[in-house]
Amino acid sequence: MKSFISSSAALLLALSLASPAPAAPPKVITTTEDLAALAREVGGDRITVESMARGYQDPHFVEPKPSFIIKLHGADLLIVIGRELEIAWLPPLLTQSRNARIQPGGPGHLDASAGVRILELPTGQITRAMGDVHASGNPHYWLDPDNGRVIAKSIVGALARIAPADKAYFDQRYADFDRRLADAQKRWDAAMAPYKGTKVVTYHRSWPNFTERFGLDVIGYVEPKPGIPPSPSHTIDLIAEMKRQQVKVILVEPYFDLKTPESIVREVGGKVVVLAPSTGGVKDAPDYIKLFDYNINLLTTTFKQVLGR
Amino acid sequence: MVASPVIRWAVFVVVMGFALPGRASAQGGAAPSAAELRQAQSEVDRLRQELADMRQQYDARLAALEERLKALAAGAPPPPVPAPPPAVPPAAGSSKVFNPDIAVISNFLGVAGRNPHSDQPALGLSEVETSFQAVVDPYARADLFLAAGPEGLEVEEGFVTFNTLPGGLLLKAGKMRAQFGKVNTLHTHAIPWTDRPLVTQNLVGGEEGISESGVSLSRLINNSFLFLEATGEAYYGNSEVFASPRRSKLAYVARVRGYRDLTEATNLDVGGSFAYGPSAGTPDSPSLDPDATTRLFGFDATFRYRPLRRAIYRRLQARTELVWNRPRSSDLAGSTAFGFYGSGEYQFARRWFGGARYDRSARAFDTSLVDSGGSVYLTYWPSEFNQIRGQYRRTHYGDGVKANEFLFQILFSIGAHGAHVF
Repeated sequence: MKSFISSSAALLLALSLASPAPAAPPKVITTTEDLAALAREVGGDRITVESMARGYQDPHFVEPKPSFIIKLHGADLLIVIGRELEIAWLPPLLTQSRNARIQPGGPGHLDASAGVRILELPTGQITRAMGDVHASGNPHYWLDPDNGRVIAKSIVGALARIAPADKAYFDQRYADFDRRLADAQKRWDAAMAPYKGTKVVTYHRSWPNFTERFGLDVIGYVEPKPGIPPSPSHTIDLIAEMKRQQVKVILVEPYFDLKTPESIVREVGGKVVVLAPSTGGVKDAPDYIKLFDYNINLLTTTFKQVLGR
Repeated sequence: MVASPVIRWAVFVVVMGFALPGRASAQGGAAPSAAELRQAQSEVDRLRQELADMRQQYDARLAALEERLKALAAGAPPPPVPAPPPAVPPAAGSSKVFNPDIAVISNFLGVAGRNPHSDQPALGLSEVETSFQAVVDPYARADLFLAAGPEGLEVEEGFVTFNTLPGGLLLKAGKMRAQFGKVNTLHTHAIPWTDRPLVTQNLVGGEEGISESGVSLSRLINNSFLFLEATGEAYYGNSEVFASPRRSKLAYVARVRGYRDLTEATNLDVGGSFAYGPSAGTPDSPSLDPDATTRLFGFDATFRYRPLRRAIYRRLQARTELVWNRPRSSDLAGSTAFGFYGSGEYQFARRWFGGARYDRSARAFDTSLVDSGGSVYLTYWPSEFNQIRGQYRRTHYGDGVKANEFLFQILFSIGAHGAHVF
């Protein structure tokens, strides 16, 4: 018996020594395409990156498909948005992933919301009567480029932990991204400066970080409450309010039905803009910086048309 | 007179101390012995002494208080304010974050129409399920589901999952719904109908299904073509299908599940299941043969369509399950009972789902009786925490009884946001 144990221990040891250190680049899996885009910015060709949700998909309602389990099983690093965005679909996938590294608290689990600016943190009692409120703040925080910078920095930290040999490479890529992002921000700020304080309506509460950063004033939502579909009475009230405040533009995510927003802008004589809430949401937004390029360009064009300036 | 209530209380104790033994001895009808008297006397002396001590203490305290009052009146600095009680230590306050996620899902069910084979009440809160779910430690998580219904409170499921094992293994231990087919694994509130299909009722353990205590080990079979998972389970049988007569007789369940994305929006989910164990017989005729066994074979297939851009408005799910139930016993002539259902559900608006199901199943232990039926239903979701469902069900039982029923259901959920099953 003793010899059996020692020989099998020796065999195990031999096997573990024989299997070479993984030469393949670390596998990074993200819940959304924005995180994948930021990981690509800093990880370059030293990592492989894949996102579970697509950019044109509502990230609250992703189906926990078993094909994601395979991807999670082989992942070295999982990056999540956190703040309960993935609460309805990620936990069972994580349990079934059979991957200890990427479990919350594990070395390969990164919650990208650490250190970013979170808006709409609830104060006081919250109940489901308020709709689908997120108890730990609005999770659409990646739509502020300053937050994008923080996320990229966090990813560098996580990548350096799993691939320490490439730390200098990741740092250098981050410095490059930081510089390009800063240049782009100057461009975006200049483009949006004439429209500071412009009042808009959005479909869902997906845009607080974006509108705060670029100085837009959100006066209402097509949804009566977060996650609750538009109701006739709320729509009538919204039309009246938009007329009163002369609001002409509604920002909509690509995964919502345009019927109600279209009928509202017909009444107020405005325009619906389908923005890309995530990288990959449209063909012209393949990376994080181009996502803002696309949205800012679309917004300024629309404002020019609708506001005549 | 601060001390007076205390003194009165002490006096009461002394008096009772005298009175009770007296009554007891009076009831006993015997005169107390000299020894007993001496003991009582010493007891009284002791109490007197305690009383005197107490009075002395209170006098001392009163004096101290009077001193302090005098000092205050004389303008002396007030005595130090006693430090406030220490705030709840941070560790105790934040320990709440370790509380499990708690949710309560209630199933209010109504039925109209005649069905001699059903004892379902016209209206009833048929189940209130409370779930407690949390991570146990870096190696495991736990899921507990308590179901309260007309029969009382029971553990519907309660298991620990070791999800950090090496080798692509996942180990569960506790009471679980066995991985036999699809419907058997789902809780009542997670199935798309108000009832379970006839094949489940007849061949796979009735309303409760195969839900037993045991262990479950599953493994991913890595390949680049499809998701493939193999599961093996061992249970101590205690259901309508399996009943372990002794420790050495366990029930075993095996399942292989394959899944593949056909396109971004469509996928196919196929499974084969097998179960073997000591037979529980039927409720009407429990098996007399202790060596009687039941074997179950199952096949299931699900096709799903959900376009990503319109995921909250449109989806289609078509599912079928086929089950063969083969009892083997010396006293029950066993022939294979076969049953299946086929169902389809379509979401046609953000809050509306419509569907239909066809049922057909022989009865276990009497394959000459074949029940069949069909249902159509409509579900309205005010929100994801609330579902209202109406179902028309027509059943043609093997013994010639026909039933037309309308079922009505409200499912409502409070508490933590549960994840959806796939």
